[in-house]
Amino acid sequence: MSGKLNTKRIFDSLNEGISSKYLLLPIFFFLAVFFVYPVVSMLFISFFDREGSFTFVNYYEIFRGYNLSILLNTLKISGWTTIFTVSLAYPVAYYLSTAAKRNANLLIIIVLLPLWTSVLVRAFAWIVLFGRGGVINSTLAFAGVDPVEILFSYFSVIVAMTHAFMPIAVLSMYATMQNIDGRLKHAAATLGAEPGNVFWRVYFPISFPGVASSALVTFILSVGIFIHPALLGSPKQTMIAQIIIQQVDELFNWGLAAAISVMVMFVSILFIIVFDRLVGVVSITGAQGVGRPSGKIMNTLTGAAGNMAVTLSRLLTIFRSKKAARSSDRISFPIEILSVIILIFLAAPLLFLIPVSFTESPFVEWPPRGFSWQWYERYFTSPVWIEATIRSIIVGIATAFFSLLIGVPAAFSISRGSFKGKGLVLPYILMPLVVPNIIIALAVFYFFSDLGLIGTNLGLTIGHTILAVPYVVLTLVAVLQNYDQQLDHAAWTLGAKPLIAFKRITLPIIKVGFITSFLFAFMRSFDEIAIALFVSSGLQQTLPKKLWSEAHHAISPTLAAVSTILIVIVTVLVVVTELLKRKQK
Amino acid sequence: MGSENKVKLSVNGLAKQYGAVQALAPTSMDVSEGEFLTLLGPSGSGKTTLLMMVAGLTVPTSGEIWIDGKLSTFLPPYQRDIGVVFQNYALFPHLSVFENIAFPLRMRGMKADDIRTKVSDILSVVDLAQMADRLPKELSGGQQQRVALARCAVYGPSIILMDEPLGALDKKLRDTMQSEIRRLHKALGSTILYVTHDQGEAMSMSDRICVMRNGAIQQIGSPSDLYHNPINKFVGDFLGGATFINCTVEKCDTNTIYLKSEMGSFKAQNQKKLILPHDEPAVCMIRPQAIKISSSKIKEMNSLPAKINESILTGTMTEHHTILGDGSKSSAVEITTQDIQTFENNKKVFVNWSEKNCVIFSGDELK
Repeated sequence: MSGKLNTKRIFDSLNEGISSKYLLLPIFFFLAVFFVYPVVSMLFISFFDREGSFTFVNYYEIFRGYNLSILLNTLKISGWTTIFTVSLAYPVAYYLSTAAKRNANLLIIIVLLPLWTSVLVRAFAWIVLFGRGGVINSTLAFAGVDPVEILFSYFSVIVAMTHAFMPIAVLSMYATMQNIDGRLKHAAATLGAEPGNVFWRVYFPISFPGVASSALVTFILSVGIFIHPALLGSPKQTMIAQIIIQQVDELFNWGLAAAISVMVMFVSILFIIVFDRLVGVVSITGAQGVGRPSGKIMNTLTGAAGNMAVTLSRLLTIFRSKKAARSSDRISFPIEILSVIILIFLAAPLLFLIPVSFTESPFVEWPPRGFSWQWYERYFTSPVWIEATIRSIIVGIATAFFSLLIGVPAAFSISRGSFKGKGLVLPYILMPLVVPNIIIALAVFYFFSDLGLIGTNLGLTIGHTILAVPYVVLTLVAVLQNYDQQLDHAAWTLGAKPLIAFKRITLPIIKVGFITSFLFAFMRSFDEIAIALFVSSGLQQTLPKKLWSEAHHAISPTLAAVSTILIVIVTVLVVVTELLKRKQK
Repeated sequence: MGSENKVKLSVNGLAKQYGAVQALAPTSMDVSEGEFLTLLGPSGSGKTTLLMMVAGLTVPTSGEIWIDGKLSTFLPPYQRDIGVVFQNYALFPHLSVFENIAFPLRMRGMKADDIRTKVSDILSVVDLAQMADRLPKELSGGQQQRVALARCAVYGPSIILMDEPLGALDKKLRDTMQSEIRRLHKALGSTILYVTHDQGEAMSMSDRICVMRNGAIQQIGSPSDLYHNPINKFVGDFLGGATFINCTVEKCDTNTIYLKSEMGSFKAQNQKKLILPHDEPAVCMIRPQAIKISSSKIKEMNSLPAKINESILTGTMTEHHTILGDGSKSSAVEITTQDIQTFENNKKVFVNWSEKNCVIFSGDELK
């Protein structure tokens, strides 16, 4: 009797794949201990003053003139960044999703390159462009125009931030648009809709969840940013994340830092709730694909936009010849031009860093003088730089390994299992994505200082894993959902035991997904600065932290040289993964 | 497939429950060795659930599965000696045609030389010898289907399960593949459990058909059995289609049932020898080829007035679609000959049939 029950159990679990909910335990506990507990305990810290007695004073402090103005300033910069990012990313994503397959692959690499290139490196690029002796001002001087102050303004901060977040926005919209059935446009056209109406009444509403999710992600990332206002802004552009760092690093005012963090999280959550009302927050993953653009407001707005577009284009055709009336299938020329310009905006700034790295002059200036390898030499002969690089690589590999270790079982469970409360699992795992990094870093710092993990590679790895594991799970869930489980069934019925079927059928097919998410996690760690800022000590820096502290002193050609090395590495990695993916197909 | 044949597969009270939904009500049936049995039914009728439980890919809620006299209810699929041809073929995308077919042999630890011979043998049987090194995605739908069949046939499983294997193919290819499967069935002598929702496919391929609906078996029998003696209106309608006339019982004896409808009275042979009470609601089913359309009543036959809706010569057959007095539709077919006439639309005609060529349903049979 018990024998039968036993085989039934084994049989059951075999049947659901390797999918029992116990596979979620590692990731559940990991995030509970290292993410949820530290973040929640920050809420407590925010109610205590320096002497350790209960108080509301930290919250009064926030609404005192200076801090409040910085909070509002942060919202302002984040809001504009979000608007620019989304409206520039949309045409590019649209162009990508309608471009011919071969072109699209190349264009995606152009989007991926900046995505994988360190945020810091990309910020340096803008300094090279905007600086007093930078590309733009030198060109102006050459043309006989007086130099203008571009750097240290709202303009430079918002441009650089937009540049920083656009790749993510493009990709998440592209994910949605790829799932839109191209025939819908034809259907609308045959039903009598003119191009303007086809777009506004059919295409745009269906693509809207992608727009919403990229807006949400951009906004949350913007709120937590400190790199751009610090490097490209003046004190006027100070943002809230800088205040958090200042309170901890310089003033040791934990309570206030915690209170500000709680405030920022509150704003983020408010923002998410508003979005949830609008589109349903699940679309944050982008993997959710085409969703429901809800409600009357949406219909009215897109309807009005459609009518306007149609009227406009009719007016225009009065002045133009008949040949302008082309099939709605071909992407229109203006969108093509616009997309190419935006793609240049994405990729080109990085290219200016490369010549600067070979300059003979000790300053970053344009055009670079002469040719020299000295800055590379300085990097390769400096034990501090090399040590930081090696540490970053080690921590990156450890993070990727650890993320896969807990992420793979979770992804299997999510994509194959069915159990009560499954709907809550993915939001739980994705939580670290919607909390600004600087806040996670702060929470982890406080928690780690109790555990003695500050300044250790283990501490860094744990911190980076919190941020990397949601990406790993998302990528793998997507891969596993594309995997046809019937192949396993076929293998079993053909006589393969589950483990052998996994090894010979499942693994070879999903292998590329594993490699991609490993690289994803590695890059996420390799580029991470917020965690390193708090968790690594002055002697044991990671590469981004070293770059950051150098940049704080001055933007030297050494930074350009290191950046160039990073760009080359990223280019190789991106091209290799894309080739791998294509080989798979 | 007489009763002397050994029972290959036996299903006993097998049921599957998904939460509140009953996918399969307790079901029992036997399949003999070498038999071709088809599970036929609309989608959601439980046929695939039953098949997947026999394959070992779905766990039954209750009941037993016996394969070759061995209790196999909870045996994992790789120990069942079955072969499954999946609806979308489930060919391994990363393996060549050769490796796909060799897979079950490798799983059985066969020597490399033997594998090569066996695979090339079966490849020439399915006429794909030139395609051995291709990947599945480089083949046409029909070729993929043949690889799936070959992969299943190569190791000679004693039961082959097929889940709508021709569903993705176009009409012409389906016909070819139907005879291909029948040929393989004869050549290998294997027992086949086949799932489809296409009645024509079921009729032309099977030794016996098991008609299913709402997770329960309606009737099992040979194609001719089911066609001529359907157990209820659903089976009659699902297999072949027919004219159904709503009526009530006027009088009934062991030989004849006298019936009354809105359009007039008629009678039917009492095949089931049941005495139906007066005024019992009933339905009379007549197959299209049993109906004769005429301008005036035909003597010695049941006759009801009707109006021509459409009368078409389709080729071998000529079809007459009519509307009866109560608004219900009726169809008749006859073989096209020189003297066959088509009728003009709206012409008043009579629908005639013999009392021997109809089936009466009443009570539960109407559901």
